[in-house]
Amino acid sequence: MLDNAWLIPALPLAGFVIILVFGRRIGEPKAGVLATLMTAFSFLVTVGVFFSLLSRAHEDRHHVVTLFSWIPVGSLNIDMAFLVDPLSVTMALFITGIGALIHLYAIGYMHGDPKFSKFFMYLNLFIFSMLILVLGENLLVTFLGWEGVGACSYFLISFWHTRDSAATAGKKAFITNRVGDWGVMVAMFMAFSAVGTLSYSGINEAAESGALAAVTATGIALMLFVGACGKSAQLPLYLWLPDAMEGPTPVSALIHAATMVTSGVFLLTRINPVLHVSYDWVMTTIAVVGAATALFAATVAVAQTDIKKVLAYSTVSQLGFMFLAIGSGAYVAAIFHMVTHAFFKALLFLGSGAVIHGMHHEQDMRRMGALRKVMPITAMTFIVGWLAIAGVPPFAGFWSKDEILLYVYANNRGLYLVGVVTALLTAYYMTRQVIMVFYGEARWHDHSQEHGAHGDSVPRESPWIMLTPLVVLAGLAIGGGFMQLPFSSKTHFLGHWLEPVIEIGERDIKGTWAYDNKYLLLLTAVVVACLGIAGALMVYVKKKVPVFEPTILADGWKYDSSVSRLMGGPGRTVFSGVAQFDAGVVDGAVNGVAKIIASTSSALRKVQTGFLRFYAAILGIGVVVMLAWFLMRGVL
Amino acid sequence: MHEHLNFPILSVIIFLPVMGALLVTMLSNRRPEWVKLCAVLVSVGNGAMSFWLMASFKTGNDDFQFVSQHDWISAWGISWHLGVDGISLFLVVLTGILFPLVILATDPHHDQKRYFAWMLLLEAGVMGSFLSLDLVLFFLFFEIVLVPMYFLIGGWGYDNRVYAATKFFLFTMFGSAFMLVGIVATAALARRDVGYLTFDLVVLAEQASFATNTGRWLFFSFAIAFAVKVPLFPFHTWLPDAHTQAPTGGSVILAGVMLKLGTYGFLRFGLYLFPEAAVWARPLFLTLATIGIVYGAIAATMQTDLKRLVAYSSVAHLGFIVLGTFAMTSQAITGGVMQMINHGVSTGALFLLVGMIYERRHTREISQLRGIQKVAPIFAAAFTVVMLSSIGVPGLNGFVGEFLVLIGSFQTARWWTIIATTGVILAALYLLWAYQRVFHGEPDESNATFAELKAREGLVLLVFIGIIGFTGLYPKPMLERIEPSVDRLIEHVVLHTDFETPAVIEAEK
Repeated sequence: MLDNAWLIPALPLAGFVIILVFGRRIGEPKAGVLATLMTAFSFLVTVGVFFSLLSRAHEDRHHVVTLFSWIPVGSLNIDMAFLVDPLSVTMALFITGIGALIHLYAIGYMHGDPKFSKFFMYLNLFIFSMLILVLGENLLVTFLGWEGVGACSYFLISFWHTRDSAATAGKKAFITNRVGDWGVMVAMFMAFSAVGTLSYSGINEAAESGALAAVTATGIALMLFVGACGKSAQLPLYLWLPDAMEGPTPVSALIHAATMVTSGVFLLTRINPVLHVSYDWVMTTIAVVGAATALFAATVAVAQTDIKKVLAYSTVSQLGFMFLAIGSGAYVAAIFHMVTHAFFKALLFLGSGAVIHGMHHEQDMRRMGALRKVMPITAMTFIVGWLAIAGVPPFAGFWSKDEILLYVYANNRGLYLVGVVTALLTAYYMTRQVIMVFYGEARWHDHSQEHGAHGDSVPRESPWIMLTPLVVLAGLAIGGGFMQLPFSSKTHFLGHWLEPVIEIGERDIKGTWAYDNKYLLLLTAVVVACLGIAGALMVYVKKKVPVFEPTILADGWKYDSSVSRLMGGPGRTVFSGVAQFDAGVVDGAVNGVAKIIASTSSALRKVQTGFLRFYAAILGIGVVVMLAWFLMRGVL
Repeated sequence: MHEHLNFPILSVIIFLPVMGALLVTMLSNRRPEWVKLCAVLVSVGNGAMSFWLMASFKTGNDDFQFVSQHDWISAWGISWHLGVDGISLFLVVLTGILFPLVILATDPHHDQKRYFAWMLLLEAGVMGSFLSLDLVLFFLFFEIVLVPMYFLIGGWGYDNRVYAATKFFLFTMFGSAFMLVGIVATAALARRDVGYLTFDLVVLAEQASFATNTGRWLFFSFAIAFAVKVPLFPFHTWLPDAHTQAPTGGSVILAGVMLKLGTYGFLRFGLYLFPEAAVWARPLFLTLATIGIVYGAIAATMQTDLKRLVAYSSVAHLGFIVLGTFAMTSQAITGGVMQMINHGVSTGALFLLVGMIYERRHTREISQLRGIQKVAPIFAAAFTVVMLSSIGVPGLNGFVGEFLVLIGSFQTARWWTIIATTGVILAALYLLWAYQRVFHGEPDESNATFAELKAREGLVLLVFIGIIGFTGLYPKPMLERIEPSVDRLIEHVVLHTDFETPAVIEAEK
């Protein structure tokens, strides 16, 4: 079974190729069904691979499938090969599983779009790229997928390319990601020059055996972290993610939950032995960047009015949590949170898509309200997602967030405080969103009257093809936490499963104060979540506290606009300066010389007719003179 | 050594297009379709020959193959010496593929006969340059190439063609003048070591040894010619003008194969003949290459003319090749040779696409174009694939060369490489920005009637896209033919200098 792992990416690839060639003939809805089935089959294969891996002994859960030799030059030997191990299978499971649900949902969401087939073609390519990324046996195969998801996100974010904002957002995503890719490339160069290979096992073994010097490990780790900041939207490279909302909503769900943004977390987990042997400040840097991003994005989410923007900033914030976990040596917790986040964030995004769909492409929460009455299933599932992300037990997000905070406390209490504040804000802004969208008075009635009420402008519930994924994801968001419960080591299912991959890097916190008092921390987390929810209720339901939504937060601390201004202003000036320098100075110098020659030649033209003949003469004289000079030097 | 020795395939590859050119000029002006048919047949025939050459090339052999050697002007030691190795093999194949595609895809607006005759002569010159193993012979072909290109730009180019053609000619002649001096001096000075006067590259490289300073002067006399041809910063300003003013077919050939005469020259004549000087000059050329990568990309970003933008992108892409050449590791130089081919394919295709845009819209100004993807999605898709290849997205051809150059260069030229790698960010910047302005958005009135890709155009582009995909996913057949010759060249350099390849890796220490 394990040797069939190549089928996992091959199936979505086949879907892509079939739709590429026959897309127009297949049309709606068959193209969507085909793409969904391909992803679903891929999921089934992954499940099979999972069980056959599970049946192996703990230390044998590591299998390489080599397809062919990709780039062999001298000592550099890069195979197109897949690594099947607990980490990659965990990733593949939720990529294909959630991916298939998103595909199914998109059949309903994209109904009637003139580019229906094309959308599913890109979707399958996206899943394929993401699977290549996680299954890669070496950094370069991962990089193939890494760039693949970058390109796919470009296609999908700018899917409605006649809208300028969508086109710009797609371009921005690609270019910002490329900044991160620079880091990944340099990391690969370092790894090759230090270890002579790009395969994960080679690099990790070198780190474990001590063959990798701390300074080199630090360089590799930092450069990969730069890449991770790009893909996983951390400060200062998170900029592209909120804009990525320009894509159709299923794309947002795919980018934010199942694919793309998780790659940075995955990559750092993959090379955890390298992080382990690098200087301590590397881990601290990762933790601090993660915490800063988590807090920063949470404050911004508090004041957003676009239903998807709230979720976008919440993704950035939750990813910050995952980096905080990695920086604290809590790889299992990071992956745990990645998985539960995939469940509830996919749920929330698809739910917001159902709202947008039902509201006829309205995204402003100020024009919503009381929608639970007209879309009960959407509302119910969204509420499940809200409780999960807010950290209310026993929903999935509570357990994973708690596990992260436990490790952070053991590691650095200052960062723990940041984490708790972020958790509080998360509960607050998500409650705000639920109230604004589903409760209170219906603000959309006024809106429909303003434009002359049409019968069909009343919000409606989405079709079942969109609701089924919501229900399934709601189930996962409720029960997902059970894969890793804190009560005893027997309930650490995910931890045991991942152990062969992360045993070097995972920090042991047994014996710390935090570990001994973990139930106290658990309780704190519950209280914090309740406080956040209560705060939002006071502001938006009881209205006892004035609404706090300052523009500086709504504008994301003006970071994005400052960067844009820098790029558009001084950045552009420098660039045009270079272009003008080239046209004026470099080329000008050349033309100046040419003019001098030309004027001399016009003087000489009286003696010698024609420019080329003059040139030939100069050439001849030059040759003779220089030849003579060379010969004299040679003789002397 | 070879069973093919009885058939002088390399000489045929050079002379077939010459015959074709003569034949074309003799055809009647009243039957233009015959002219084109003849040109197509000859170039396809030559392409087939180059394929046959590739198929019968011995993989793993690092020596020159299919060697053809005859005395020519024996009094001066000049011989007709041809041969192909891993470094030149795919350049020959690339030339063999590009010419028929260009001849098929583009039609001159007047004077078909002369246009195709010049094209075929150009092919002969380019092939000759890649195959010559005699300095004088190489110089002759290197110079002959200028003439058809000069007339193609001057005769079938755009508004400012005369200025561009003259600039192109003078620049390259300027470089060549130094090389001619260098060639004569090299042979004259090597006479003591060799014992007789010869211009044979292999004899000179293996037997001659120059005094340090002399070698450096000689190296620079060659290097200037190649630097202009590549073009290397700051000798690049002829290129945007020549590219922009040249007819589409001229631009494709210019970018696709002619620029490679410079990078190929560095490898074949620079490093091979003057290893000591090349090693000594490494910092200079690494720096110029890195400047070219970043500077070319920045200049490309700000261009308002789509064709000029692609031209500046060439400055950046060729910078990678020079970086790899002077980094002198197996991966870097093999990657550089790959990049020569890949740039020829990707940029060749880009110039074709820009040419198609011009045919339809009669402008290359980015600001005049908008929303083309909506009216011509297939055309846009083809452009996208070629663009991603040029950006260097893995899985497509451009990445393989660029990645190998960079990972190889990092071993011996760390800081240069780290800066050069930012070129991958800038490449995404200038191409995606241009793509957005040209293809995205709502088309205005003048762009709303943009015609979709035609069958003939589609077929030609399909060949390009096929190569782009295949090379990106399975470069091994190329790499295993290129690498032995590259390794031999590096050994030659290591043997004659104190340069060391980074064989010792940290893990083994």
